[in-house]
Amino acid sequence: MRFLSRPPNIDWVGQRKRALALSIVVSLACLTLLFTRGLNLGIDFTGGVLVEVSYPVPAQLDTVRQELKAAGYEEATVQFFGSASDVLIRLPAPKSEAVGSAGEKQQSSAISARVLQALGARDKGITLRRVDFVGPAVGAELKQKGTLALLAAFFGIFLYIMFRFEWKFSLGSIAALTHDAIMTLGYLSLVREEFDLTVLAGVLAMLGYSNNESIVLFDRVRENLLNLRKRSVEEIVNLSINQTLMRSVVTHFTVLLVLLALHYLGGKSVHGFSVAMMVGVIVATYSSIYISSGVAILLHVKREDLLPPKLEEIDHLP
Amino acid sequence: MRHYPLWKTLSLIVVTLIGAFYALPNLYGEQPAVQITTVSGDSLPSDFGDQVARTLKQDQLPYDSSRLENGQWLVRVDETGTQLKIADALKRAFAAENQAARYTVALNLAPRTPGWLRALGGRPMALGLDLRGGVHFLLQVDLDDAQRNALKRYLNDVPTLLRKKDLHYRGRRLAGDQVLLSFGNPQTRAAARAAIAGDYPELALSEASDADGAPQLSLKLSSTEIKRIDDNAVEQNLITLRNRVNQLGVAEPLVQRQGTDRIVVELPGVQDTTRVKELLGATATLEYRAVDTDGNPQLAASTGDVPPDDELFYTRQGHQPVLLKREAIAAGSEIVNVAPGFDQNGQPSVNVRLDAAAGQRMLHFTERNVGKPMAVLYKETQVVTNYNARGEPIRERKKIEDVINVATIQGVFGSQFQTTGVTNKEAHDLALLLKSGALAAPIDIVEERTVGPSLGADNIRQGTLAVIVAFGLVIGFMALYYRVFGLFADFALLLNLVLIVGSLSIVHATLTMPGIAGIVLTLGMAVDANVLINERIREELRGGKTPLAAMDAGYERAFLTIADSNVTTLIAAIVLFALGSGPVKGFAVTLSLGILTSMFTAIVGTRTLAHYIFRGRKLKDLPV
Repeated sequence: MRFLSRPPNIDWVGQRKRALALSIVVSLACLTLLFTRGLNLGIDFTGGVLVEVSYPVPAQLDTVRQELKAAGYEEATVQFFGSASDVLIRLPAPKSEAVGSAGEKQQSSAISARVLQALGARDKGITLRRVDFVGPAVGAELKQKGTLALLAAFFGIFLYIMFRFEWKFSLGSIAALTHDAIMTLGYLSLVREEFDLTVLAGVLAMLGYSNNESIVLFDRVRENLLNLRKRSVEEIVNLSINQTLMRSVVTHFTVLLVLLALHYLGGKSVHGFSVAMMVGVIVATYSSIYISSGVAILLHVKREDLLPPKLEEIDHLP
Repeated sequence: MRHYPLWKTLSLIVVTLIGAFYALPNLYGEQPAVQITTVSGDSLPSDFGDQVARTLKQDQLPYDSSRLENGQWLVRVDETGTQLKIADALKRAFAAENQAARYTVALNLAPRTPGWLRALGGRPMALGLDLRGGVHFLLQVDLDDAQRNALKRYLNDVPTLLRKKDLHYRGRRLAGDQVLLSFGNPQTRAAARAAIAGDYPELALSEASDADGAPQLSLKLSSTEIKRIDDNAVEQNLITLRNRVNQLGVAEPLVQRQGTDRIVVELPGVQDTTRVKELLGATATLEYRAVDTDGNPQLAASTGDVPPDDELFYTRQGHQPVLLKREAIAAGSEIVNVAPGFDQNGQPSVNVRLDAAAGQRMLHFTERNVGKPMAVLYKETQVVTNYNARGEPIRERKKIEDVINVATIQGVFGSQFQTTGVTNKEAHDLALLLKSGALAAPIDIVEERTVGPSLGADNIRQGTLAVIVAFGLVIGFMALYYRVFGLFADFALLLNLVLIVGSLSIVHATLTMPGIAGIVLTLGMAVDANVLINERIREELRGGKTPLAAMDAGYERAFLTIADSNVTTLIAAIVLFALGSGPVKGFAVTLSLGILTSMFTAIVGTRTLAHYIFRGRKLKDLPV
């Protein structure tokens, strides 16, 4: 089965200014969203207590809220989690965390026990699915570590591309990465998807993956620049995009296939992860075509920039 | 087609066989088992198997096997009902022979891996807490407290040294992180400084003067000493926590240091965290003290006027004041062994054995004081973290000191005796705590994650389903779109899955739910290498190359691109690994392993297949 018998001949490079303008507008919108509304940070980063319970029959959220209120948990947020019988209860970080003897009302484990009691767990057959408690200090620390991880990933990728290609491409791919990260985070902010450690893992994996795109393209640009000496850089970039287009489409398609499987079958714990990855994969297709090469062209990438000493090695490799 | 190197074919065969072999244990699944270990960590007695067999025969309990496996006795059974019965029967049998305190009986799931596989090091992947259920704690060790305690020791030790050397000091006090000694004149200070520097090289000394201008000497812990104290405190706490965890009867617990001042405790299968937390954090101990029968406790309580040799405490029940002698007859650290038990009236009790020195003291004391009261003092330190207006944590130590019982000394005894007046649970907990030793510094739970068994089971089921469906979708698509070369890619993908599982099993990595997501993602991304190769082959064919030349060119030209594009994902995975928190680390591990194995399978695997299938044929076109 072949969708295209020969490479398409679409003028991507000609559209790059319009595409850049569009990207800037959408990025600004995403940034505005991120700065005003922010991410819906999970307790991994904020600290707090999260209790997931499962009812044998569909639960009434209002009743649950009232029961919790009666037990003194006014600040509890209650929502369905995946199905009408699974309920997620979030409580702010306890004011005091004691270790040791029993009877400490504010202890996180005591909280989960008291929550269950307040809901009448024993009579109604409610089972405890999970309790997460993250102290405020740990939350702040994870937030800091997470930000650091994002920056480290950017920097590492930047260095690698600089080493393998050169700085104009490096900047181009970093621009694409930033673009993808902003779009993905913006989308997560828009749909209020909870941002926890697993989602952060998804975003980081997405960055590594989205960069694949830029590299495959740059590789082809380099090859064409060296082989087709008569054409202009713009023409070559455009040709390269067209040549790698089918590969991009097929690869993204397979990745989207597995992400859909994960999204619909993998359960709630990987929901945010799959959403982040899917958005990232879609945005990455776009950004590898327009942003990474577009920025490289803007920076006036030249044939002489790309005479890598490594190229002759190719003949000895499998 | 050029000559194809033999080593590639061989390496493919060898890697496939090794990968498949070590992935194999994962197919056998698990069965319920009862696991018995000694609390002390010593090896089991040689006739232990007979003892277990006798008990099981007596109660007519069916079992699969009962033998020593990796230093622990495992009784494998078919279903969880029998598992519980066997565990109960064994516990009862041990108690009957007064050995209850010696063994830990825990419920576990034992892999069904056959012996010949196990002998060659085959074992299944470990499942993370989010898949098997259990509780994860992150504990913060209060190092400030450890340092303060060390300083307090100097507050006593240094003046003793000075007195011995006949150097007079006028005052001593603890101020923040230093001990301040004031002297009458600078000469004494200089002499004292020389003496202290000689005996306590670990202290940093500096001179100052107090508000009245008197010469002062400031004693601080040096930075190396602080590090030593910190390390000691964390190590000591690790040992203590390990002891406590061992006595909880949990199969495969994990107690590990993390960073400078944190300890991770993971207890698979544990649901009731309240009790676990009490035991982990408790710093309880017992002291035996004489009751001052001459003093008037009521008066002391109302006026606050306590006789100089006494201390005022209250009873746990009824909150009655009691005056106790300051000096303890026996302290918690002198208790050699404790076991919960019952006294002759059937009341719960703690059976205590003291070490020789304390036993002597107890003997002397009871000889002279038959008919007089002796008190058992329960001491516990709790750490309470409160938050000030700015949300900064302030850690406070709260001391609980209760007289749990005042008993009349019935007769003369030495190192072995019973203490009554406790509840059954208290007797058990106290026995456990006294045996496992005290914490060197208080700990504070800063993170806790509990996963119920139903969620764990759901995660496994959903994760497996996602892997299977994702795998099916991708291989279906590839076969459809690239025909024979698609099948090569499918073979590579299957091999990739086997290699990921195999290598995870070899390093005994922990599989978590994000880890499964990593496997699923790898399945989608791994075919990228083959897509690159196949698209390139199609392109070369279009460019007019002969089929075999196109294939060669396709593999050659795609190689560097594949390597480059995988390295950046690897960078992201390494960063994630460094960020390292349990489940996410699992994702980083599977993703990195998947990237490495996929490069191998996509490049060497499919190439080798293509070589042997198309070798020697005359081709007009390639089925790509």
